[in-house]
Amino acid sequence: MLNIENLHVRVAGKEILKGLSLRVNAGEVHAVMGPNGAGKSTLGYVLAGREGYEVTEGSIEYEGKNLLEMEPEERAAQGVFLAFQYPVEIPGVNNTYFLRAALNAQRKRRGEPELDSMQFLKRVREKLSVLHLKDELLHRAVNEGFSGGEKKRNEIFQMALLEPKLAILDETDSGLDIDAMKLVADGVNAMRASERAFVVITHYQRLLDYIVPDFVHVLADGRIVESGDKTLAHKLEEHGYAWIAERKLAGAA
Amino acid sequence: MGSALLESLLEPEAGETAASQPDWLNATRRSAAIAVERDGLPGPRNEAWKYTSLRALEQRRHANGDANALTRTVDPARFLLPGIEGARLVFVNGVYRPDLSRKSPVDGLSISTLALATASDLDASRALLEREFSDPASAFARLNTVLAADGPIVRVRAGATIARPIHFVFIGGSADSEIAWNLRAVVEIGDGASLHLIEHHVNSSGTGAAQLGNIVSQYAIGRGARLDLVQIQDAAESASLIRRSEFTIADDAVLSTHTLETGAQMMRHDFIVDLAGRGARLISRGVFALHGRQHADTHLDVQHNARDTTSDIVWRGVADQRSRGVFHGAITVAAGADGADAQLSNKNLLLSANAEIDTQPVLEIYADEVKAAHGATVGQLDEDALFYLRSRGLAPDAARRLLISAFCSAVLSDLPEQHLREHLDALLAARLPQATEE
Repeated sequence: MLNIENLHVRVAGKEILKGLSLRVNAGEVHAVMGPNGAGKSTLGYVLAGREGYEVTEGSIEYEGKNLLEMEPEERAAQGVFLAFQYPVEIPGVNNTYFLRAALNAQRKRRGEPELDSMQFLKRVREKLSVLHLKDELLHRAVNEGFSGGEKKRNEIFQMALLEPKLAILDETDSGLDIDAMKLVADGVNAMRASERAFVVITHYQRLLDYIVPDFVHVLADGRIVESGDKTLAHKLEEHGYAWIAERKLAGAA
Repeated sequence: MGSALLESLLEPEAGETAASQPDWLNATRRSAAIAVERDGLPGPRNEAWKYTSLRALEQRRHANGDANALTRTVDPARFLLPGIEGARLVFVNGVYRPDLSRKSPVDGLSISTLALATASDLDASRALLEREFSDPASAFARLNTVLAADGPIVRVRAGATIARPIHFVFIGGSADSEIAWNLRAVVEIGDGASLHLIEHHVNSSGTGAAQLGNIVSQYAIGRGARLDLVQIQDAAESASLIRRSEFTIADDAVLSTHTLETGAQMMRHDFIVDLAGRGARLISRGVFALHGRQHADTHLDVQHNARDTTSDIVWRGVADQRSRGVFHGAITVAAGADGADAQLSNKNLLLSANAEIDTQPVLEIYADEVKAAHGATVGQLDEDALFYLRSRGLAPDAARRLLISAFCSAVLSDLPEQHLREHLDALLAARLPQATEE
């Protein structure tokens, strides 16, 4: 589904990703872990198509197409979803209105019929119950005045509603207490399916107790330096990221 | 006086007296004519006109009034508003059009026009009509005093509640040549009375010869009375429109205004509020949304002249392409007006590198124990918000429109009449800048 090869990315003149390669198949959950500043969020933004991230080398293929040639809204319509680490507050834009506009924009682009408000609300109700989100949040402006936990749950709610094929979760666990994290994990697990893939970016192993990954990758200094199964996350938790650096040095020697 | 405009307008009949009108009104007109001839139009050094040059307008010649105003075709769809079914007074090129108007009689409400009013009607509004404009910056109000022959005159009897909104419609219709028209509106609300009023500026056709509209509106709000005013300005983009709205608010009276400015090539609006009585309150919400080469200059001048008066002002502006917006928000708290509470906020969005918005909050306080806050900003669309919307599937232009519309609508969202609110939202959506990345 997703094939990243030798990706080099510059941000504001500085090289952040330095030859990252990652292959994700449908139905898989990949965790990308790494220390601060390793380039984790850059990976998420490049996949979603944010401006200011200059790809100097390498390629990203998504469902056989060149992802880097697509505008952000085209990627969304093709099923790419980024749950933001810092969801943006948008005063004056009603959450429900926004979501319906977004969903219908995607459907239109895919040549599917748009949902009327009844159909849309039915879908909203189904997804709301899974995340235990208050109805009231729907009537407020997008993320405005939401607590940190509400913002993150709103991201997962959006994901549930938009039903992407490839969901990238950028530190969705940061700032969440254990209860909120379980809700987020429940939301994600409910969506795991053979046709859908997840890339879960996180700093800590904690989230991976609830969203159990098929593969774990360690991102350090702009590259995937280690890949393994879920036990790799536990080793990291035990030894810290310094352990990776030591292993690299040992390998080089 | 060196002004082609004033020469063309004043030449034939400046200060000419109308036998049918009271002597005091003729005297007021003559004295205003003398002041106009003496001072002319304000020049570039006049502080009140710092951001709005009158040079181009001054060099134009306009015929005074439209001889065919009574027979100009106007499509009512241009001005009919959903859910607004009260009295309606329609003026085309400065002349009252009974065929388009509706004077449904309501107890406690008196409706007339300057041209049709009897001498005793005029006498009843003498205090307002006799107003002299001493500041040379008020040249257009002086000119209006000389030339305005028509306009709505509305009085609400003390204690009366007028449930259905009154609809003033000011139409700049197409004419055969470049014309100028003047209107004078007078609205007096008796003690304890309440009135909803819509002041609606529309164009009869998309384009036409350049014209100049000049309107002076005077509102006197009695003790404990309330005026809810909605101003919708969607004049032709070939028009220059100069308005002066003056309000006097007595003890414990309330003025609530919602203003939307989207039309006209050149627009100047002086919005002058005298919080004259103890406990008088002003709530003002406004938006201007400009594109093309539009120029809109809003001058708020709010005077706290009594104790415990409040002003709560929130205005927003959006300018795209090569348009220019000016917002001057002046609040003065006079000596002795203790306990005043003055809040002013003005936020603006620039959508193009070639657009310009100048905002000038001015706060002058001469009293003690005053609460006052004011702030003004000019910014651009939030790139983070744009990317967030796009990452969810919205195309760039849809995302921009959504953000711009949210920015503007937030200010008008507390308008109680739902139909009207929806109309304003729709008008905004239709007139909103295309938000192209120029």
